Amino acid sequence: MSKGAVGPRKPNPRDFLNVDALLDGEDRLLRDTVREWVGDRVLPDVADWFEEGYFPRELAREMGDLGLLGMHLDGYGCAGTSAVQYGLACTELEAGDSGARSFVSVQGSLSMFPIWAFGSEEQKQQWLPGMAAGDLIGCFGLTEADSGSDPSSMKTHAKRDGSDWVLNGSKMWITNGGVSDVAIVWAQTEEGVRGFIVPRDTEGFDTNDIHKKVSLRASVTSELVLNDVRLPADAMLPNVVGLKGPLACLNEARFGILFGAVGAARACYEAALDYSKERQQFGKPIASFQLTQRKLVDMMVAVNRGMLVALHIGRMKDEGKAGVEDISFGKMDNVRMALDVAREARSVLGANGITLEYPVIRHMNNLESVFTYEGTNEVHTLIMGQAITGIAAFS
Amino acid sequence: MKIAVCVKQIPDPATPYELDPGTNFVARPDDQVLDDTDRYGVEVGLQLVEEIGEDATLTLVSMSPSGTLQGIRQALAMGADRAIIIDDGSLRGADALTTAKVLAAALKEDGFDLVIAGTESTDGYAGVMPQQLAELLDVPSLSFARKVERDGDKIRVERQTQAGYNVVEASLPALLTVTSGVVEPRYPNFKGIMQAKKKPVETKTCADLGVEPVSQQIIQSVEPIPARQAGEIVEDEGEGYLKIVAKLEEAKVI
Ligand SMILES: Cc1cc2nc3c(=O)[nH]c(=O)nc-3n(C[C@H](O)[C@H](O)[C@H](O)COP(=O)(O)OP(=O)(O)OC[C@H]3O[C@@H](n4cnc5c(N)ncnc54)[C@H](O)[C@@H]3O)c2cc1C
Repeated sequence: MSKGAVGPRKPNPRDFLNVDALLDGEDRLLRDTVREWVGDRVLPDVADWFEEGYFPRELAREMGDLGLLGMHLDGYGCAGTSAVQYGLACTELEAGDSGARSFVSVQGSLSMFPIWAFGSEEQKQQWLPGMAAGDLIGCFGLTEADSGSDPSSMKTHAKRDGSDWVLNGSKMWITNGGVSDVAIVWAQTEEGVRGFIVPRDTEGFDTNDIHKKVSLRASVTSELVLNDVRLPADAMLPNVVGLKGPLACLNEARFGILFGAVGAARACYEAALDYSKERQQFGKPIASFQLTQRKLVDMMVAVNRGMLVALHIGRMKDEGKAGVEDISFGKMDNVRMALDVAREARSVLGANGITLEYPVIRHMNNLESVFTYEGTNEVHTLIMGQAITGIAAFS
Repeated sequence: MKIAVCVKQIPDPATPYELDPGTNFVARPDDQVLDDTDRYGVEVGLQLVEEIGEDATLTLVSMSPSGTLQGIRQALAMGADRAIIIDDGSLRGADALTTAKVLAAALKEDGFDLVIAGTESTDGYAGVMPQQLAELLDVPSLSFARKVERDGDKIRVERQTQAGYNVVEASLPALLTVTSGVVEPRYPNFKGIMQAKKKPVETKTCADLGVEPVSQQIIQSVEPIPARQAGEIVEDEGEGYLKIVAKLEEAKVI
């Protein structure tokens, strides 16, 4: 490693292709800071949170202090990092738990981003600094019980009443809903789909948390109920009409996920690697068996490849060149990869692999949600299918 | 008040250290990290700066190959204002006294009211440099501080001892060493990280400071640490704790 030292390097089992060398010092400092914070504040307790179905609200402020919330946005108390740095932070958060990463995705990309990108100056001043600090928690309501992959079928609507808006309907599967101080709600209007900033304490607005989840348990998922919710005219996001508004937000969040999934996969691979070297059967570590080595190598290759894909897309995003299809490539393939790695790692851990004493089954279950939300695996496949054939196969 | 914190960039402890086969000195990669034990000194310094307010500044002083400045940037990202680095090829493998002389020259040139150092570095473990530095600067030295307070032109610390702590104070200017673990070093936040590369870093050579290093240290040989012996497993049939207490008494730990 010293200056002038030459010759082939020895691969590091935890960074086989030395992807680290592709990052600059600032990227690494930021990444290492998040990794350390996750090690100190998430990993020690996350198995309990998962078991209890609980997300500790106080983490929001710590995340705000670090600069994690809306980190890739400029101004209004946001750190203004690069896209790659946002991605690296997501990788580290999701190596802890998909719930922590989901919190940051929803806050930064789905709740702050629409205000930042489509809001008025007053809306930005009013909401963004508190959200960046973690004092205010946001959520994003697009999906409904009967409207998932096809959001254009949403029933929630907003009607003008004088200068006010009156919203009716309900949203389902909303991350952070129950802990939120403000909801970004997308609703049909006469002019098309529009976004509304709904403060938690608005009359007629209520949330019900979804129980009996076996995935993403260290994250709150809720129903939002809107019953004659009356909002002033300035609650509407003025600068976007139509589904391209929420889709732009999702594109930001999906970008975080394509990095995040690599973190979950890495955590599973590393757990399997460590375990296989310790666990003895037939008088030797199970890592000595060829079948186990095949699994470990497959996982390692997948994780490295996923990271390279993520970094490549991240660099394109920083140059302003990443298209929706590129994000679909990363989201679809890296989440699928992570789920495969998690399942493979689960098998290496044997019976221990089914307990929360090890991180693997927690990641594996979490990834089922990640596979479905933010555009299902199938939807991203169809986006790419359309890109290469020119034929839309959505309906 | 001008606070200077001595920090060291060291090879990442997470990667195996390599020794230069000729000199047995630790090989220094371009990319070094902040010595973890120095984070406590930086934190104590930052807390003082915050307490004092506007007219307090925190300068990092480091004798190390600048390399990528990764370790220094980490401390700047935590909140230090600026850094002075003494980077000079002739300082390779410098012993503690040489280090103290070089740092003393830099500190005298830049000026200071309080110098903060760690108790010992993670890669060298000599643990004598700060006291030598205080002597060369001709200022009082307060060691093993676990709590630091300023009182006018005095500095008061709780000095960690085996049994508890002493309260010691000294007039400024002074030097103090901070024990690891006494404060919770802050995480650098992202704004700090983004600003770090814009903060001023001055690089100096020995000639700039008018010092001529004469390192007396020769490493004769290096032996690997003997492999750890397997531990003894105490079977617990309900009274295992008694056996453990006996062991601890035997080891004079309790
Ligand atoms: C834990 C969790 C958190 C979530 N958080 C949020 C949130 O914060 N905000 C929010 O708005 N939503 C959120 N969602 C909702 C999520 O985005 C939706 O679940 C997702 O869009 C899929 O919708 P659906 O569940 O209704 O499935 P459906 O759309 O009913 O899909 C069911 C199956 O059919 C497939 N399918 C559907 N249409 C097609 C087609 N044209 N061609 C081929 N296959 C198709 C799908 O790929 C899937 O496999 C969350 C979901 C989960 C599980």
